[in-house]
Amino acid sequence: MDHLDQLEAQSVFILREAFNKIDRMAMLWSLGKDSNVMIWLARKAFFGHVPFPVMHIDTHRKFPEMYAFRDWAVREWNLKLILEDCPPVEEVDPSLPPAARSAARKTLGLKNAIRKHALTGIIAGIRRDEEAIRAKERVFSPRGDAGQWDFRDQPPEFWDFFNTDLPPGTHLRIHPLLHWTELDIWLYTKREGIPVIDLYFAKNGKRYRSLGDKDITNPVPSTASTLDEIIAELKATRTPERAGRAMDHETEDAFERLRADGYM
Amino acid sequence: MAKVLPIPSTPPQSAAASMPREQLRTVIVGHVDHGKSSLVGRLFHDTGSLPEGKFEAIKAMCERRGMPFEWAFLMDSFQSERDQGITIDTAQIWFKTAKRDYVIIDAPGHREFIKNMITGASSADAALLLIDAGHGVQQQSRFHGYLLHLLGIRQIAVLVNKMDLVGWSQARFDEIVGTYSAYLGGIGVKADHFIPISAREGASIAHRHPDLSWYKGPTVIEALDGFRPSLRASELPLRLPIQDVYKFDERRILVGRIESGRLRVGDRLLFSPSNKTAVVSSIEGWNQPPILEAHAGQSVGFTLDEQLFVERGEIVSHVDNPPVETNVFRGRLFWLGRTPLKAGDQYRLKLATREVPVTIQNIERVIDADDLSMLQGAEVPRHGIGEVILRARGMLALDESARLARTGRFAVSDGQNILAGGLIDMHGYPDQRQLVTVRATNIYMEAHRVTAPMRSARHGHAGGVLWFTGLSGAGKSTIAMEVERRLFNKGYQVYVLDGDNVRHGLNANLGFSPEDRAENIRRVGEVAALFADAGLIVITAFISPYRADRQRARSAAGESFHEIHIRADLATCESRDPKGLYKKARRGEISEFTGITAPYEEPENAELVVDTARESIEASVQAIVDYVERRFAQQAHGHG
Repeated sequence: MDHLDQLEAQSVFILREAFNKIDRMAMLWSLGKDSNVMIWLARKAFFGHVPFPVMHIDTHRKFPEMYAFRDWAVREWNLKLILEDCPPVEEVDPSLPPAARSAARKTLGLKNAIRKHALTGIIAGIRRDEEAIRAKERVFSPRGDAGQWDFRDQPPEFWDFFNTDLPPGTHLRIHPLLHWTELDIWLYTKREGIPVIDLYFAKNGKRYRSLGDKDITNPVPSTASTLDEIIAELKATRTPERAGRAMDHETEDAFERLRADGYM
Repeated sequence: MAKVLPIPSTPPQSAAASMPREQLRTVIVGHVDHGKSSLVGRLFHDTGSLPEGKFEAIKAMCERRGMPFEWAFLMDSFQSERDQGITIDTAQIWFKTAKRDYVIIDAPGHREFIKNMITGASSADAALLLIDAGHGVQQQSRFHGYLLHLLGIRQIAVLVNKMDLVGWSQARFDEIVGTYSAYLGGIGVKADHFIPISAREGASIAHRHPDLSWYKGPTVIEALDGFRPSLRASELPLRLPIQDVYKFDERRILVGRIESGRLRVGDRLLFSPSNKTAVVSSIEGWNQPPILEAHAGQSVGFTLDEQLFVERGEIVSHVDNPPVETNVFRGRLFWLGRTPLKAGDQYRLKLATREVPVTIQNIERVIDADDLSMLQGAEVPRHGIGEVILRARGMLALDESARLARTGRFAVSDGQNILAGGLIDMHGYPDQRQLVTVRATNIYMEAHRVTAPMRSARHGHAGGVLWFTGLSGAGKSTIAMEVERRLFNKGYQVYVLDGDNVRHGLNANLGFSPEDRAENIRRVGEVAALFADAGLIVITAFISPYRADRQRARSAAGESFHEIHIRADLATCESRDPKGLYKKARRGEISEFTGITAPYEEPENAELVVDTARESIEASVQAIVDYVERRFAQQAHGHG
């Protein structure tokens, strides 16, 4: 087994645990490279099927290419799609810096969706290498009744024994990609032939490394216009992946506050 | 669909450039303030792995707080961690050497956050354990060493840090090596390397340092590059815990991860503990070419040649080399619960993919990780280590951890949170598989034409089993022979099956291993049931130390079974020692002697208890005779 085989086997194990243990579960689908790999892994785990809905919390500020991709993939991959809107930004905590406040709209939209569909499990495609706060996450991560993350007192998790039983009113976040890196995502995308949005490929010396809302996501300088070139670029780079995501860089604790409140 | 780039699923020729590299997961542990974070910072700095802008970001955070540059901020990403200068939860960060990629797992050193240390360390292939050269071996240095051992991490480099603060003293280094090797030796662990370092000065991290010219061993990077990723053992016996059964389409697919061994199409599989068997028809997959074989580490799906009802939690093996079946085992565990672990407590046991209620039957030892001594008291405190007997109601399939690590470990939860993890040790407990497996098939029960009431009427009493159990020296044989004489004189049809007598004939082929002892009792139970069925009163006089064995004998005889506990405390039995066996056991001449080196499980609901330490033999005999007259004669009248 090579490194990618091991990552895949672990993710499949996690998805199958979640599917067995959690009754009302949905997979968050941001349309980006990570959640596409996650859907692909679900099809591996469940032999071509995705036996739970995928959920897109729509800010209506995504790139047009992303919406087009969504509509194509729902048909092509036979997905059950839950589509939910975010509330207006005026309803979001005004003490957050502007970009974080914009990102926090999605948290509110997610909380509303969890309540509306009575979900007890949310599969999210976060990775430890994306961001230092995410590096401290568990694979099965309990959330309070208001969706909040008690990061100061997380339960122990070892030997692939997961904490899967929760009090009523709370839910679990399941993170099947937690142990992957950005480079792993691209290596696997290439090996498996997973379609991706072409915003990731360089045009005019710039490409998107990470896709979020149009207004708070910036392209980074790059000439990588093929999968092989992206992989070569990532092997050499020392620029962090989320350099183009404004809300990570506004204040020291902006991202920590977002996550503690239930952001992915 | 124009916006989607079609990608060929076959890899192009330039595969080498995009081949994934080998990865090693390394945890850094040690007492708080012994320099874990500085080491991580130095490893990144000296291998050129720091993300762009990270150094500047840390500098800015430190300036904002008016403090000198602090490497800990590389991993301590919670604001509360930075503000308090303490690592709360485990974190991971990636770096690479010329040889391969590394995941560095930072584990908190504070005792308060031991659950987070365990979370981080449990997934590591290797560990770096830091000891401050000035402060020397501290409580958490020892506790972390013990936990690494329990977590199954077998590659360890001990780094003696801050050598610059002790004048690069070789004598001080040797002293710490001596103290800590002796401690590790006490728990059966040998560190691969002891390395004198200074994380602050960058000594022995990636480069050698002139003041440590007396040190000839590897640098930290060299030691890391010498470790191996832990591989799942494909050459060991097959273990595949069932995760789920899927019926998305016409296929009925069983899924799970192969924890050890290989699975091939055509293999005959054994499911434990249900003891069903079937043959593998196919190994299923999606977006991959068909395969005929899978091996350890793979998450697989497969179909069977017949429709078996099997559930999540069963363990798949081959018919040869199956897992142990038992309802009781010893666990060496670390305890994370807020209240102490006590005998009689009930929890949920997680064993591979199985989850069942379990009772803490007994706490055998509580271990002080500091000096490895046994602590007084019958409770395992929070953050303590204990050796504990756990009992489930039904059969469990498991392995000894020393034989198969991944099916030889378990976790305990309170139904919500995991509170303990541990390793399985079966010393002194039998594998009950042979006892519950029916080998012959096509056997049908033949109906008698003489009924039980007809036999009772002939004998004047019902048949039954008086099952004596108790320690050696409690008085079982003496009492049995006297009860037999008195009942016989009163006109009862009665016979004693005595331990030594039976071993001369029926059970001459059995020894004293836990398995043979269990088989000995199984046969006696079956014979006793036949005697009872024939209308006789049969008295059995065997230590029969295991509850499971006695339960099986009870099942064989049904309602006519009467468990009689011939009780005497160990000290009394040992002082009597009629056959000199306790003396031999104490001298180590008898292995697995009940009460000394093997467990005795007291009855929980015996029909009758006689205490020979408090009462005379005469009184005990009379109590049993009275019991028989009351129970059996009445039954006889009832039928007559």
